Amino acid sequence: MAPYWLLSPFLLLFLVFGLFPIGFSFFLMFQAWDPVQGLSSMTYVGLENIAFAIEDPLVWLSLKNTLWLAIVSGLPQHLVAIPMAYFINEFLGKWRNAAMGAYFLPYITSTVAIAIMFSSLFSTDYGVVNVVLTHMSEWPLVGWLFPGANVDWLGQAETIKPVVAMVVFWRYVGFNVILYVAAMQGIPRDLYEAGRMDGASNLRLFWHITLPQLKPMMYFGTVLSVVGGLQLFEEPFILTGGRGGLEYSGMTTAMYMYRTAFEFNDFGLASAISWFLFIIIALLTWLTNRAFKDRTGAA
Amino acid sequence: MKALSKSFQRASYMSKRLVALSIALAAISAQAADVTVTVAAFPAVDEIVKAAALKWEQKNPGVKVKVISRAYADHHTAMTTSLATSSDLPDVMAIEYGYLGRFAQSGGLVNLSTLDARLDQQLKSLVPYAVAQGTFEGFGQVAIPTDIGPGALFYRKDLLDACGASEKDLISSWDGYLKTGDCIKAKTGAALMPHARDIKDIVIRAGVKAGEGVYFDANGKSVVGTAPRFQQAFELAKQVRERGLDAKINAWSNEWGEAFKRGTVASQMMGAWLGGHLANWLAPDTAGKWRSANLPNQAYASWGGTFYAVPQKAENKKEAWALIQYLTQDVAQQQAALEKFNAFPALVQAQEGASFNAPIAFLGGQSARAQWRESALKIVPTKVFKHDAVAEEILNAELDQVLLRGKSVAEALKDADRMITRRARR
Repeated sequence: MAPYWLLSPFLLLFLVFGLFPIGFSFFLMFQAWDPVQGLSSMTYVGLENIAFAIEDPLVWLSLKNTLWLAIVSGLPQHLVAIPMAYFINEFLGKWRNAAMGAYFLPYITSTVAIAIMFSSLFSTDYGVVNVVLTHMSEWPLVGWLFPGANVDWLGQAETIKPVVAMVVFWRYVGFNVILYVAAMQGIPRDLYEAGRMDGASNLRLFWHITLPQLKPMMYFGTVLSVVGGLQLFEEPFILTGGRGGLEYSGMTTAMYMYRTAFEFNDFGLASAISWFLFIIIALLTWLTNRAFKDRTGAA
Repeated sequence: MKALSKSFQRASYMSKRLVALSIALAAISAQAADVTVTVAAFPAVDEIVKAAALKWEQKNPGVKVKVISRAYADHHTAMTTSLATSSDLPDVMAIEYGYLGRFAQSGGLVNLSTLDARLDQQLKSLVPYAVAQGTFEGFGQVAIPTDIGPGALFYRKDLLDACGASEKDLISSWDGYLKTGDCIKAKTGAALMPHARDIKDIVIRAGVKAGEGVYFDANGKSVVGTAPRFQQAFELAKQVRERGLDAKINAWSNEWGEAFKRGTVASQMMGAWLGGHLANWLAPDTAGKWRSANLPNQAYASWGGTFYAVPQKAENKKEAWALIQYLTQDVAQQQAALEKFNAFPALVQAQEGASFNAPIAFLGGQSARAQWRESALKIVPTKVFKHDAVAEEILNAELDQVLLRGKSVAEALKDADRMITRRARR
């Protein structure tokens, strides 16, 4: 019995906070339930919640926003993190750990603090971003590239998503840098030495040795980005005041699900949306898996 | 050895007596404070209750008050969860008006008339529209108001003076309000209001018949597509945007506060409590420049308000009700909440006296509270529905389409009505 006793704290916590909510949300998907009326007020409605979610234009709009944000904030994370990790690993020497720490800092900073900071930076009339941009618009020759008037970054539909994507990128790029530096440290040095003896430049070493060796970590990092990107909640929630911004342009599916449950008190519909999101995440994770599979079938 | 054993026995006997004594003492002290009334509230209601609890505990020996404070949204989320699971429910629940419809019709709150046969008498002492807001068909009086938010128009007197206009010009009609806004814009560059949505919010609330909701009729059917006030509200908001009279700023944003500080917005329609926010933290340096007036076009509306309720599963209903009575019926307590926290009293008797009618320095020495009291009496009680929040959300999204994408008002209202009806069926 001893092993079971030793495992029981984890099992108990997993059952209560892991398995039960999953099962309960699956059950709720087929119920109409206004939570404030208590557990006894649930009524079975069959597939009604799912049908409503499929016909709800906000579900599709939020999904479109989520995919946009996942790609625009996720892809650059890796495109920037890999060369940056290479640079840190190969050229920074004793400053390597300090640089990694600096890039990792946003990841462990409170999301609320980050969102408040960026809200101030992107403030229309008093934000530093607009002050700098309008100043740059007065530069000769290149001035036309920058806006002459203040941009309402978080108040107009066209700019909300890019701002949210930028904040998400800024926050998670350091995490990916750490992943890739760790993977690079596992690449045998003799591969590089052999390359150098053959007269390969740094670029060729990166392209022909580092990149192929990073593939398993790229797979891991991409899966994390896909799952995290599709569950995006905190950054857009705080930056758009919890409502998704003008024309819902910053409302992600996770945000809409939360609002459906806790603002509109419709837990059945919220559960249907959550399972809808789960299916999409599972599908995209499977596609990522397929994309990273080599000819031998190993990821 | 024997001596040691004896002394050990004596020590053991002594320690047993000490344990027994301490248990008895604990029992006595437990008896002295055997009831703890828990109150779940949000800022600044939590502070009001904490301040009141000290006096109330003195008057009610043996009863303690424990206040559970949470941020505004967290509090209502926590209460939703507690009602859902019937667990961790407080004895007294503070509810903001926006959440009242959802919570009241849950069946999880006590009809207060079952706790006190003289409830009707006590309700007569409170502002009628707020009492009506706490009454729900089939559920009775499930919530009792403690503070109210009669709507007012706060405006910058100096900006109004700059174009030689009077308060009458500003509030006599919607047309007059917008024309004065044109003048202020031309002379000072200041916008008339923070957001075009502000005028929509008040026009849809003005003229609601007693017993009806803002978005639904008495039977819960959407009136967004049929009631003329929605058409007028959208048309006015569109005009505001076209004439450049709004600053396109959302309430409670950084820009909103800055606009008040810098005088780039000339007026704001909101609950009377805004005066306290402006004076305390939004724009204290603009003291003396602001005035309060009735809403334009003889509109009367309420902005929020706080209610107390007792959950069905509360453990100490009797004591909870006694505390609520103190919080809502005691004149000194209600006036203290007004003085310290700008909570406008729901108790009519607390809307009297020298301090109530005293001039407010921030408003240039205006005795504005008397004006708010008068307007509170003219507010028609409207019904709240559990789908109000989603209806408001849909309507705001459609208004954005009108203001930003040039969607026609008729089409926007038709779409809003369709979507609200679809939601309300659930």
